Amino acid sequence: MSNETTMLSVKGVSKSFGGLKALSDVGIEVKKNTVYGLIGPNGAGKTTFFNVITGLYEPDSGEFLLEGKPYKPTAVHEVARAGIARTFQNIRLFGQMTAVENVMVGRHIRTKGGVLGSILGLKSVREEEKAIRERSMELLDYVGISRYHDYIARNLSYGHQRRLEIARALATEPKLLALDEPAAGMNATEKVELTKLLRKIGEDGVTILIIEHDVKLVMGLCDELTVLDYGKILAQGLPEEVRRNPKVIEAYLGGSH
Amino acid sequence: MSFLNKLNPRQSVIGILICIALMAVLPFVAHALGGTTWVRIIDMALLYIMLALGLNIVVGFAGLLDLGYIAFYAVGAYAAGMLASGHLTDNFAMIQQAFPDGMHFSYWLIIPVGALLAAIAGIMLGTPILKLRGDYLALVTLGFGEIIRIFMNNLGKDGFNLTNGPRGINGIESVSLAGHPLNRPLMIGDIQLNKEFLYYYLFLILVILSVIVCYRLQDSRLGRAWMALREDDIAAKAMGINVRNVKLAAFALGATFGGVAGTMFGAFQGFISPESFSFMESIVILTMVVLGGMGHIPGVILGAILLTLLPEFLRFTVEPLQQMVFGQLLIDTSILRQLILGLCMVLIMIFRPRGLWPRSEGGKKKVDDDSSQPAATATPSN
Repeated sequence: MSNETTMLSVKGVSKSFGGLKALSDVGIEVKKNTVYGLIGPNGAGKTTFFNVITGLYEPDSGEFLLEGKPYKPTAVHEVARAGIARTFQNIRLFGQMTAVENVMVGRHIRTKGGVLGSILGLKSVREEEKAIRERSMELLDYVGISRYHDYIARNLSYGHQRRLEIARALATEPKLLALDEPAAGMNATEKVELTKLLRKIGEDGVTILIIEHDVKLVMGLCDELTVLDYGKILAQGLPEEVRRNPKVIEAYLGGSH
Repeated sequence: MSFLNKLNPRQSVIGILICIALMAVLPFVAHALGGTTWVRIIDMALLYIMLALGLNIVVGFAGLLDLGYIAFYAVGAYAAGMLASGHLTDNFAMIQQAFPDGMHFSYWLIIPVGALLAAIAGIMLGTPILKLRGDYLALVTLGFGEIIRIFMNNLGKDGFNLTNGPRGINGIESVSLAGHPLNRPLMIGDIQLNKEFLYYYLFLILVILSVIVCYRLQDSRLGRAWMALREDDIAAKAMGINVRNVKLAAFALGATFGGVAGTMFGAFQGFISPESFSFMESIVILTMVVLGGMGHIPGVILGAILLTLLPEFLRFTVEPLQQMVFGQLLIDTSILRQLILGLCMVLIMIFRPRGLWPRSEGGKKKVDDDSSQPAATATPSN
């Protein structure tokens, strides 16, 4: 099943909250250099599945492989270190820090400046700091908000905050970028801009896993899709196949009444 | 130090030189105006600056409320008390044999030992409370501060007299620099520099070092991780930050400042007892941080200076003022002093809720000229 072209392979994930079975036997296979979409009605378990993959929730069962290597989604920071960076449905920036500082935090796991070196102001640490700042500025430029680099993050506009969160995630040099409803609350123009940015990120070699409500955006962007409903897989495959799947249509539009 | 960056190098060098000159003559001015008492008060202000800077790492940078910070000051002070006095050799035959001439350790050793012990105490406090936050965290730290004080109080029983209990440790040796003990007056030409003056310069150097260390920590990889943790711990984790290590580092490094300040306190006073390390002291230091501007180093320094000087200033003015206005003493001086101090704090918090001198958001104003993002204020429709 899993081979060199697979980035993320997740099998048999189940998760219950008390009596509520949020996920039962969910699995996906994300190929390298693709955009993988995860859609479904509200409460379908998309974000729960996301949180399990990124280590925020501990699953009841499941098998997790990143680039063929098993990883344990038990500690969020370990998952980030392994190469999965994520954004949040309700943006979680470091509000009181500037935009560039937010991205610089993302460099944390790819740098190693120690406490003593920082206190003594060692040359190696100073140079690393400079490199961190430069790289962060590049990333702000990449997502198109470099002119706001010294703005306090919470003062940025909503669309810019979304972009900043993506830049911060990219700063960790992820193999897989996991986006939880990045287009939520955006208007049509902003969605088009976001789609362009995500395509660019994909073309630059980052595999993307995306949760999205906006079916149009997902159909235009994703190479493969999984539809979740009530914590179970409803359909899986190419966007065109999924779109024609009667079960999907029923879940989204309701059955014939 | 951002405010220096705005000046050109020459201006900033001149500025720093002026600052140093002012600092150097400050005790003389204080002495001329108010005598040795005021020099002593300034010395204590410097120690409080160190403490406030240390607590600022934990509370201001990492956002972990600590109500027992004075415990680390106590650990440092007792490290000095035990290693630089005759207390241990008097009470333990074994140590007496090991050091027949008494323990006369140099402060070059005592300061690092005090700092290390405080850091260990910081980790001891930090480890069990990693998962706590907010009110619960505050309560445990409060308890920790009290436990340390009670330990110092009770470890003075006959047979195992480690701290001499509430009687405290006496005769702590002074710091010696270049062979000169700082508690003896130093003659430079005709000018006699008393103990208070000599310690002033020593503390000043330590404070300057602390400020530099704090700035470097703030702008370091670890400093950013602390602030990320303060702002949003889940997002910080998602960035790969090991929250446990980062929290422990904040407790350990914050405690180190308290430990160093504590050894200096012991050396300066020559006498320590548990009552110097009461819960009120923790609150005073926390107030300095909050009132000055949490997380902003100049603000914290300002808070420490104000809260050390203001009570003393009131002590010397409230009584004469009442005599002048009413012709008699109507309200007990110490009560009125507390009252005015409390009132000042309430007013500051009402009118400057982020502290007297908070971190500036200059140049970081709101996005206002953004026509390319018409839905800039749209709210997420989750």
